[in-house]
Amino acid sequence: MSAVVSLTNVHKRFGAVKVLNGVSFEVGRGEVAAVIGQSGSGKSTALRCINALERIEEGTIEVCGHAVHDPKLDRRALRRDVGIVFQSYNLFPHLTAEQNIMLAPMCVKSLSKADARTLAQDVLARVGLAEKADHYPEQLSGGQQQRVAIARSLAMQPKLMLFDEVTSALDPQLTGEVLKVMEDLARGGMTMILVTHEMSFARKVATKVVYMHRGTVWETGPGAMLDDPQTPELRKFVGGEM
Amino acid sequence: MSYRFDFLALLPYWREFALGVWLTLQLSAVATVLGFALGTLCAIGRADGSPWVRAVIATYVEVIRNTPLLVQIFLVYFGIATLGIHLSANFAAVAALVVNVGAYTCEIVRAGIESIHKAQLEAAECLGLSRVQTYWHVILRPAIERVYPALTSQYVLLMLASSITSQISAEELTAVANRIQSDTFRSFETYIVVGVLYLALSMVVRLGFMGFGLVAFVRRRKLGTPL
Ligand SMILES: Nc1ncnc2c1ncn2[C@@H]1O[C@H](COP(=O)(O)OP(=O)(O)OP(=O)(O)O)[C@@H](O)[C@H]1O
Ligand SMILES: [Mg+2]
Repeated sequence: MSAVVSLTNVHKRFGAVKVLNGVSFEVGRGEVAAVIGQSGSGKSTALRCINALERIEEGTIEVCGHAVHDPKLDRRALRRDVGIVFQSYNLFPHLTAEQNIMLAPMCVKSLSKADARTLAQDVLARVGLAEKADHYPEQLSGGQQQRVAIARSLAMQPKLMLFDEVTSALDPQLTGEVLKVMEDLARGGMTMILVTHEMSFARKVATKVVYMHRGTVWETGPGAMLDDPQTPELRKFVGGEM
Repeated sequence: MSYRFDFLALLPYWREFALGVWLTLQLSAVATVLGFALGTLCAIGRADGSPWVRAVIATYVEVIRNTPLLVQIFLVYFGIATLGIHLSANFAAVAALVVNVGAYTCEIVRAGIESIHKAQLEAAECLGLSRVQTYWHVILRPAIERVYPALTSQYVLLMLASSITSQISAEELTAVANRIQSDTFRSFETYIVVGVLYLALSMVVRLGFMGFGLVAFVRRRKLGTPL
């Protein structure tokens, strides 16, 4: 029961396309797992399955004690424990940064407006945006929007955070500020799974690397595995990325 | 051909005109609020309901949008009377207008709902919001802001169309005017005055919607940009 997340032999297809082909891996408490692999290898799909955004056909997924593969899964209970951040931020455009963050604590945890505001200020400070509380998404840069999106997830005090290529839409400078927030989170002991193309970040922060290839976990190991690939595919992939 | 205008003949009737304006405003306001509620519920049903619900709503919308309002009013007023239920003309007028504008509202709001990106719903879902909460905070608010100009036009049109309910002698401005012109035999002057009053009413309705928009759409008020 020490694993926060465990996937066992997960299969998933979209119509005729087999996307996950028996994926298995575990992530323990406080671990930072970097999921890497070529485009189309099923990284996003695996992450979405963990958060029950996709149904799986076969296998089991346990997340924070929730049996995600179970059709009777209480999705809202799962989402209380899991935060997810997407590449495209997905902030609510009609709400300020602060209101974006306050919405879920008020709706889901019935926090009072005052408490939710205090919480929002707290998480905004954690991502270095305390002074942007009253800004609307369109008034923020991509990096700032992504940090607000991370803060919005953090406000729900998740036990697990999922990140799907959260810096892919950002230029290098903005990427840095988002990665720093994630690094702080990792150092604070948050359990995280991140799909990323940032190899140097994976090397520095990840306690575990999951290399996906053709819908399976091709190779997995500690961060150092990137410097000593065992399979030709990973060797080629790491070579290509650098 | 010379016609001598005599607007002074209408002066003794200013109270009736004023009352007519007030009644039309009331009628339109009630029909607007109820029609908006009906239309929005139908839009949600159409976007998210079971196939049966969707089919029923789609049929309702198409039937209403492809038949004349006057016929709808007669159907509500006389049709229901033959079932032995007696409706007052005013009640029938409101009911018919609500059913009518509800169908148009449904189409407009549906366009707004469809403009909300799926990723927004996914974000709300992942934050743990319930369906009702998602609809209220994440879908309807921005959806309605986006289609607000279209809604405004639709409800101005509704106010103008309410004049047709004079055909079943509902109490409103045109019915009042019909009475005054048969009293005074000053039809031309009467309908000129009524025309001007409707013009003024349209302004009032537009201003009302503008004011409500300023209060409801804070981001828009502050930034001035479309959503
Ligand atoms: N909703 C969907 N319907 C049909 N096919 C899909 C869907 N989502 C993903 N796929 C397919 O599944 C495969 C894996 O997609 P996935 O997004 O998981 O890859 P990825 O590893 O995240 O790639 P990338 O690095 O480009 O984000 C792809 O071939 C994709 O076309
Ligand atoms: Mg992906």
